[in-house]
Order: sequence, then structure tokens, then C-alpha cells
Amino acid sequence: MNEKQAGLNIVVVGHVDHGKSTVLGRLLYDTGALPSGAVEKVKKIAHDTGKPFEYAYLLDAFEEEQQQGITIDTTQIQFSTKKRDYIIIDAPGHKEFLKNMISGAANAEAALLVVDAHEGVQEQSKRHAYMLSLLGIRKVYVLVNKMDLVGYREEAFRRIAGVLGEFLSTLDVHPLLYLPVSGFCGDNIAEKSRNMPWYKGKSLLDSLDLMEGKTRMGDSALRFPIQDVYKFDDRRIIAGRIEAGHLAAGDRISIYPGGRETTIASIACWQEKDKKTEAFAGESTGIQVQDEFFNQRGEIITRVGDVPPLVSKRFRASIFWMGRQPLKFHKKYKLKLATQEVEAELAAITKIIDAAELTSRKDAEEIRINDVAEVILQLKEEIAFDLFRDFQATGRFVLVDGYDVAGGGIVSAVEEEGSLFSERTMRYIMEHLPLNGELTVVVKDGKVERLERVEKEVFSGIDGEGI
Amino acid sequence: MEHLDQLEAESIYILREAYKKLGKLGMLWSIGKDSTVLLWLAKKAFYGHVPFPFIHVDTKRKIPEMIVYRDKIAKELGLDLIVHTNQEAIDAGIGPEAGRLLCCKALKTDGLKQVVHQYGFDGLIVGVRRDEEGSRSKERVFSERKEDDAWDYRNQPPELWDQFKTDFPKGHHIRVHPLLAWNEIDIWEYIRQENIPIIDLYFAKNGKRYRSLGCACCTGQIDSEADTLDKIIEELKTTKTNERAGRKQDQEDSYAMQKLRKEGYM
Repeated sequence: MNEKQAGLNIVVVGHVDHGKSTVLGRLLYDTGALPSGAVEKVKKIAHDTGKPFEYAYLLDAFEEEQQQGITIDTTQIQFSTKKRDYIIIDAPGHKEFLKNMISGAANAEAALLVVDAHEGVQEQSKRHAYMLSLLGIRKVYVLVNKMDLVGYREEAFRRIAGVLGEFLSTLDVHPLLYLPVSGFCGDNIAEKSRNMPWYKGKSLLDSLDLMEGKTRMGDSALRFPIQDVYKFDDRRIIAGRIEAGHLAAGDRISIYPGGRETTIASIACWQEKDKKTEAFAGESTGIQVQDEFFNQRGEIITRVGDVPPLVSKRFRASIFWMGRQPLKFHKKYKLKLATQEVEAELAAITKIIDAAELTSRKDAEEIRINDVAEVILQLKEEIAFDLFRDFQATGRFVLVDGYDVAGGGIVSAVEEEGSLFSERTMRYIMEHLPLNGELTVVVKDGKVERLERVEKEVFSGIDGEGI
Repeated sequence: MEHLDQLEAESIYILREAYKKLGKLGMLWSIGKDSTVLLWLAKKAFYGHVPFPFIHVDTKRKIPEMIVYRDKIAKELGLDLIVHTNQEAIDAGIGPEAGRLLCCKALKTDGLKQVVHQYGFDGLIVGVRRDEEGSRSKERVFSERKEDDAWDYRNQPPELWDQFKTDFPKGHHIRVHPLLAWNEIDIWEYIRQENIPIIDLYFAKNGKRYRSLGCACCTGQIDSEADTLDKIIEELKTTKTNERAGRKQDQEDSYAMQKLRKEGYM
């Protein structure tokens, strides 16, 4: 309909009080993106409470947020430039609301990491950066905010950019730009600031348009998870959303984890005008197939000849935990990956990372709220999935504890069934145990297959590898 | 993928999740533009069959044309429509004179609660959008309501990667919000693209039109010459006024909607 590029979702993250909502409020205000009602409302609140006008209130709509001056929950606001439309996602910076930050960030393709020029890099600056790297958000701008508080000095900006850059590179996060700004004073937000002649870059507004847009996985292998099977009339329709690739009537398809093959007879539609023979990544669609064997929600359809998904009961993953109750061994959780649901148990904690310090603990027996960890999960049944780096939508999952989504994670490697131990444990066993006599250690294809009666003895000698 | 196609695909995905994962499901239909778009999306999601009833909470104070239109469309499309009124509150004489927020709570929030509990709904599909007002901008797509229908907005669950809240105790219900990501112009552009029948109160007559529909007593018209879909879309591209500026209950208190919605308002 117009020449604009596809929209971009950008999340704004950083430590509490570093000015995320103020930067955003200012950007929206200075570009006239807000309806007059919204600005009038904030003016009225400022007047009624005797407080100064706060740009942040334009986003922090809850009474509690305005009274306490913090963002509690994430907000999404639309905003447009000539080049494209944006959805800007404001995320809370307080540690207590990390689950809300993640809810916001999980919808984003790009991020603005805000750091206070005066306070420098703080705990949540690092934790949020870690979450970005885990969520696979690679397009990042760093905003060094509150430059007015450090006299707009270049060396203050350089120092923070240096410290942060060094930290981020250890996470393999490489910011595309560093911008010195002041949300409160409006420097380098919608227009270039005269207070920082040493800064040769563009304003935030102009820099946003430089970010590369969405990359849809249209050319890749097909990933079409079955959401439901409908039989409202004489048609039997397999419904779902295409997560990657495309499909067409006549395509030979395989349905995983079973791997059975059939052919797409047609693409279903309600109205004649929506009739089509092909569908692409992102579309919610439905197909009719030639061989009507039993299909169910959760199965993943690919085309014959495409790279198939992995099928296993066990995988390695990086996870973040948001539940008040820790993630424990010997407890059953529900794992949801694409449209599949399966019972899961924690099989091993390989390491727990303090996301703020990037130090790891190896003696952990449980994973607590706000922890990030590398684990092995054991599932009750085989499911089809991918590695996150290959296919994001079928390589990530959430864990449900009771009624609540308590954790999220990305699949990093498939584990063979029966490989109970990590490489490190394996090496220890190989080096320290005589593989004869009464010990029944069976090794197959470089993996320990069985180690039953001697388990306790083995583990008392291994420092802290939790199994 | 075009913007509207993307919004449509996401909304259909949400509707299908609600149908698959929630038990007894109903969709609120207010006769307005948003819930009429929702009705259309449900038809698309389920290939012309809508496998759940529609619900209209009738305050008996709606703009009269809305009720005529409601009955006409329900008949034409063969909708399974539940119309409910909080008759006790009306008999007790509650109206806007008693205070607008009190009236909204009694006739809309409490009316809605009565329907939820009378029919035992586990899920209610509601056409609210983030860009309408502040408390809605903070909503989840699947938003839990506890036994008392309260929204615990200070402690919302994480919602990521379209893995929605589908586990909850009996007696709670989920408000499903498939249009959260749409804005007002998207709604109108979609109505134009899909040729969706829409009530003519939105089109200007004698220099005035309704931009948002509600009860006759509390809903004002705006000055407008927009008497076609194209003109409405053009008007919205340049307007700086809030969509709900004509809704008097919103103006009662700076946090009016937050307070109403905390108690279970849509």
C-alpha cells in the first residue's frame, strides 16, 4: 500500500532509574506521535499531584508506576517515521520485574540498552544484556543517557562505552551504535544536540531508521507445527502457523516426530477471495492432505527433502528461571515448544551463571528466580524440535510449574538417549574408574550407556557435577 | 508480509489457541468496529464456522441504532448470541446520575460477571487494543481473572513466544485479547480490505460522527466530515485527539479505566 519498510519491534532495556521510559516518552513527545489527550492527561496528573511533568508517565500508565516513579509492567507503543512503523516496547528495569522485562523483550527484534552516564554500568544493565544475547536479539544500540548530569563530556561517554563494550563482547553482543543522549533534556533524541559537538553521529530518531529490518525465514526449510485439526464440515483441515519456509498444494510432506509422509491436497479457505495454492512463513493457514491418517496438535510438518527436525527425549538448553519456586530435580514440569506439550524433568545442571557478574557456580542443586543456567532436560516422550540457532520458533520453549510459566529456554544441543552424563563427568569416569571387575560401566559410541549400581560411589568423587 | 496480513495471522493464531486450550469459550460482541472485526477473524480462523457463542452485555442505555443493527446482523449471520442485562441494577435505579464509574461497574462489569458465572465460561474473547488507553497497553494476550474476576495487574505472568497462559484453577477465567497489537487505523484499513459490514453510526452525518460506540448517555460524537471508509482513514492519519475522548466514563478520574478494569471491566 505504501513504500514503507516492514515494521520493527524494538525493546528498551537497562538498569532501574537509568531513564528508559523518559527517553521513550521524550521521543514520542518530540515527534508528535502521541494523541493530545495523552499529553494533557499527564499534564493534569502533574498538576494534581504537584509534581513536575514526567515524560515517563506517557508510558507508565498505572497509578502505582507514577506514584513510585518506576515501570512495573511492559508497554508497547506504536510510532512511525517516514521510513517505517515501529513498535517500541518499554521494559521495567527493576530486578523484581525481570519476568515482565522478558515478556517485552521476547517480542523484539532489536534493542536499545540504556545506561546512566552518571551511574555507569549496573547489575541490571548486565543482566538485561545477557537476556538479549539469550533471546537471540543481535541488533543493539547503546544509549548513554543523562549526559546533562556529566556536563556533556566526551570522556564520560567514552569511558562508559568502553566498559560496557568490553562486557558485551564476552556475550557476543556487538552494539551497532553508541549514542550520547539526555532523555530529560531532549539531547540527541529527535534532533541532534548542540551540547555535544564532539558527537558526529545522528540523533536517536534518525539512527533508528538505519537498523536493518526483519528477516523472514521464507527461503528456509518448512516448519509447520500443527495447532489443531478441524472437522467442522466435510473438510478435514490441519491448521497452524508456518514458522519457517513455505508450502504449496502438491508438496510431499513429512510429519514429525513419526516421520510419515503424505501430499498436500489443497490449502483451505473460508471465502473464495482468499483462495490460494501457496502459503509462506508467518501465515496462519490450514491444509488438507491426501492420506488421512491420524494427526495431532504438536506434530511438525516439513517438506520431503527439507532438513528434518531433531527428534529426541533429551536435549541440552540454556534457560532463564522466573518462578518463585526454584527449578528442582525429581519434579515434573510441563514443557511447551511450538505447539507441543510434554512432561519434562531436570536431568542435569551443567552450570549456573550469575548474569550480572558472568561468574558460574557449579555446585548448584536447584535453579532460583532470575538465574540463568545451562541444563539437560529429560522428556517423557519424544518430540520434534530444532536447535535455536537453526530455527528460532522450534528451538525455544517455556517450562510451566503448576499453573504458571516459570522458565524459558533455547535448545543448544541434542542429547542421545541414555547419555546420562556430561563430557566432564565422562572424562572423570574414564580417567578414574577401572572399567572392569565389579563396575558395570558400559560405554557405547563415546557415551556412558549404563552405570547403575555404582552411581553413588562415582558421584561422591566428582566435584559438584549435579546429575 | 504486509502489515495487515501479519496482524490477521497473529490474531487467528490467538483465536485458535483459545479454542484449543480453553474449555468453554465465548466472544464479547459490542456491535462496535473492533468486536465486529473480531467476529470476522473468527470466521476466517474456523473456516466460516464459529464454534462458540457471542455475548452482548446490554445496559439498556445503548445508542438505539446499535440494538437494531445487532439483531439484524445476528440474524443474517446466524450467530449464537447471548444477550444479558443486569436487571437488578436497573431495577435498583442505577444510572449515570449515580456516578458514571458506579454505573459502568454495575451495568457492564457486574453484568459481564453474571454471564461468566451463569454460563461457566473459562475463556472470554475481548476486542480491546493496546493503543486505546494506558491500562490496556499493559495487558497480556491471555490475561487471567481470578474468582472475583479481578485483574491482578501488578503481578502479571510472563508471556513469551506465543506460549500463553492456558493453565489456571477452576473458577478462574482467561480474557483473550486477539486485537491487542492492532491500532485504530489498522481496524479501519482491515474493514476496508475485507469489506466487513459495519454499523453506519461511524460515518459522518451533518458534520458529526461517532468514533467510539457505547451507551447513549455517556458517548459523544466528534466533528467530522468523514462519511466513507477512505475519509475515516484519512481523518485518523492526521487527528491528534484520543479515540476515547468522547467516552465520558474515562474522564471521571485520571486512572478511571485502570480502576474499572481491575474489577473486571472489559
